[in-house]
Amino acid sequence: MTWNELLLMRHEWTLIGLALVLIILEIGLSDEQKNRITISASLLMASITIVGFIPAEHGSIFGGMYVTDPIRILMKNILNIGALIIFLQSNAWLSKASMKNRITEFYLLLVSSLIGVNYMISAGHFLMFYLGLELLTIPIAALAAYEQYNSKSAEAGIKLILSSAFSSAILLFGLSVLYGATGNLYFAGFSFTGSLVTVLGFIFFFSGLAFKISIVPFHLWTADVYEGSPTSVTSYLSVVSKGAAVFVLAILLFTLFRVIQPVWRDVLYATAILTMTIGNLFAIRQQNLKRFLAFSSIAQAGFILLGVINGGGLGMATVIYFVLMYVFSNLAAFGVVQTVEQSTGKLNIDDYNGFYKTNPKLSLTMMLALFSLAGIPPLAGFFGKFFLFTAVAENGFYTLLLVAVLNTVISLYYYLLVVKAMFINKSESPIPVITSDGFMRTSLLIAATGIIVLGFYSPVFDYIMELCTTY
Amino acid sequence: MTLLLALILVPALTALAIVFAGNSKQVKILSAAGMSIQLLQSVYLLYAFLAERSSGNTEPVLFYNRFAWYSSLHISFDIGVDGISVAMIVLTAIVIFTGIFASWEVEEQYKEFFISLIVLATGVFGFFISLDLFVMFLFFELAVIPMYLLIGIWGSGKKEYSAMKLTLMLMAGSALLVVGILGIYFHSNVNGHHSFNILELSGQQFGIDMQRIFFPLTFIGFGVIGALFPFHTWSPDGHSSAPTAVSMLHAGVLMKLGGYGCLKVAIWLMPQAAHELAWIFLILTSISVIYGALGVISQTDLKYINAYSSVSHCGLVLFALLMLNKTATNGAVIQMISHGLMTALFFALIGMLYSRTHTRTVHEMGGLMKVLPFLSVCYVIAGLASLGLPGLSGFVAEMTIFVGAFQHTDWFHRFITIIAISSIVVTAVYILRVVGTLLMGPVKNETYLKFHQATWYEKLATVTLIAGIIIIGIAPLWLSDMIMESLGAILD
Repeated sequence: MTWNELLLMRHEWTLIGLALVLIILEIGLSDEQKNRITISASLLMASITIVGFIPAEHGSIFGGMYVTDPIRILMKNILNIGALIIFLQSNAWLSKASMKNRITEFYLLLVSSLIGVNYMISAGHFLMFYLGLELLTIPIAALAAYEQYNSKSAEAGIKLILSSAFSSAILLFGLSVLYGATGNLYFAGFSFTGSLVTVLGFIFFFSGLAFKISIVPFHLWTADVYEGSPTSVTSYLSVVSKGAAVFVLAILLFTLFRVIQPVWRDVLYATAILTMTIGNLFAIRQQNLKRFLAFSSIAQAGFILLGVINGGGLGMATVIYFVLMYVFSNLAAFGVVQTVEQSTGKLNIDDYNGFYKTNPKLSLTMMLALFSLAGIPPLAGFFGKFFLFTAVAENGFYTLLLVAVLNTVISLYYYLLVVKAMFINKSESPIPVITSDGFMRTSLLIAATGIIVLGFYSPVFDYIMELCTTY
Repeated sequence: MTLLLALILVPALTALAIVFAGNSKQVKILSAAGMSIQLLQSVYLLYAFLAERSSGNTEPVLFYNRFAWYSSLHISFDIGVDGISVAMIVLTAIVIFTGIFASWEVEEQYKEFFISLIVLATGVFGFFISLDLFVMFLFFELAVIPMYLLIGIWGSGKKEYSAMKLTLMLMAGSALLVVGILGIYFHSNVNGHHSFNILELSGQQFGIDMQRIFFPLTFIGFGVIGALFPFHTWSPDGHSSAPTAVSMLHAGVLMKLGGYGCLKVAIWLMPQAAHELAWIFLILTSISVIYGALGVISQTDLKYINAYSSVSHCGLVLFALLMLNKTATNGAVIQMISHGLMTALFFALIGMLYSRTHTRTVHEMGGLMKVLPFLSVCYVIAGLASLGLPGLSGFVAEMTIFVGAFQHTDWFHRFITIIAISSIVVTAVYILRVVGTLLMGPVKNETYLKFHQATWYEKLATVTLIAGIIIIGIAPLWLSDMIMESLGAILD
């Protein structure tokens, strides 16, 4: 293996390096110095994210097991940004007394999962893909149960691991059927005939992946796990883990499963409508903000499928762009929720009554995030959603488009409920003035800047479009 | 060109400057200064436009400029104005200018109030200057969203319900627009690529099947904000709950986005379907006209009265547009401007009366002419303009509309026009009844005698609006010529 071939895997190498450094720090630092771990981990993660953006060669190694190309690198970079923001947002939670001595493990598990994300995206072989997927999931199950004395957290952990195991089993079954039908597990040279057996294999495979994206009807674990897990882990599940699964789904559908496009198009058409509608309708009824964001993220997943349905370069570009804006918007919302939760323990929408009077900056950030998720101009979400709609219209699926746009109106209703609580409702005992730490403020600043600037700065989308012309 | 950009930049920068302002005085002075500059700019634009036209420039769109934006999707920031846009821009500038002065007494969260109000205005200005469907849509939604906060926070009555209803209904309208816009985009072919540019799209021949689907979507999408029956129900609730300046801006300008969009997008780009399907929408709009007018009669709240009358008047705008001839369309645009000025004046006066009497119910007031002569006279003028008295703007608009409508000789158009005309009678009934109860007769309450007279800012707001109404009423020809020239490109 040459030096250049090693460099192809720089995302993975740098993350493995980070994991090693964390272990060394854990051993080397005394208990009093442990609070330095957050800052070291965040700085290292920031440099890793920046290094990821440096243009470099691409190609495939290990006989095609591992593949990189500009699109995959971009996907990894986007998810790295998300992970970085989550690193920053975790500080307040990790500084609590009950988390003492457990800081390093948290980052270590998160980094392991992130390595899984990177391998999964770069997979050139189904087993490699499966390895990445498991590496992504298992650390997260441990993290979901991280608050060991909180029964909800333990419940979330066990629910996540069980449903993941179940979905993995389904996915593996699909893979074995595909292997039986084609005799090959390499992506390159995958000879797909479109026979009934392969379609069956695909359906199982898709179901397994659909768990990760929480596409209806495979979404039932989502709300409970999101509610019970520590908020940082919920953010990771809803942004990085979901984003990675969406990316892989898009790549595989657009290349390997291209032959059976009519089949997966129908499947996605139906699930997209179900996912958007059910996610939205359930979100209306939620009081707990984490459950609320869980259902909202289910609905957003439905919107992402609109881009996947397109099946062409425009579809791929809009999916990537949407996930990018979703990283900023959703993490801004989770950041505010996390801040309030850590300092007051309050999580209900009603608790936010009169929030603007006491915490104007946090409320404005939350409003930006929710408006962006709802698709209000001139925020990033407007552009993300409009481009997804463009992708659907390109295929001429105007009925689906109509369902989707009407769903945005429903989603606007529940996002406005939160805005109403913060800005309009009055409360006798509003949440007191909160001073968040520097990490959180940095993360919210990054996210808010992303939300505001992304839409105006069109070269980002044009660049993604240019990369995606190969599809 | 830079002039048009300045039309969005000045309000945007004003809103930004307010963020850094200190007390309520500074905020108001900043807003007033910004909107005065905006008004001057708009009048200068009008002057420059007319000068350019009289020097023989017959381009359909003047001051055209194109800034590349999302080049991969052929979205660009296209701006330019024709006579209709110029007229609407001047109207918007007048209404927001007077709106600032009508809100001079807002003290609760004043900073946020003026920022939201000016952001709303930015959206409206952007909408009128943009020639790219995507950009136009962006500004359209930008104008709708601040509405939620403006009504929800500073409104009165069942404000939360009204704010939510208004926002969701208008957003549902804009949801239909997304489908319409994308349908137009993907059916277009300009030099081998799709286009959002209205000028390029106007040269396209869309198939009739495509038009049959997307014309109704676009027309209803814009029609919702133009209070098209049966999608008008947000309007009475929204207007009655909104604070004064927001009612003014909303009824005066925002509802005109509907008419303007219907003309510039639905009718201009898809004319065959417009001809084919006009009858359905004519029935709906004539219901708006007559239902709105009859609805007023049973109302006792001044704001509801004006809101229903707006439904009727804006219905007339859409009604006239659907006549699809130049005279009626010309009347529709004049009606938009006339109604914009008139309804802004009404809402401003209602706000001023309310701040003194603390009631909006007609029967609880009386004899105001004796205690508040200035405001009462203004109210009478607004009323007379509304019922179409010659010499005021309402007459010019309605006359032109009905003359245009009668150019159709078939029985259907005749019949429906007569129905619409009969709304004038109803209008006269409710206007005169309200004026009689509210202003004439003995002073209803002893406390009325202690009312302070109109302040300078109230006078400034009302006089500016009345000046507009009278100018159009006495000298409408320049306006009508300016609009007529632009209609050539749209309706031929």
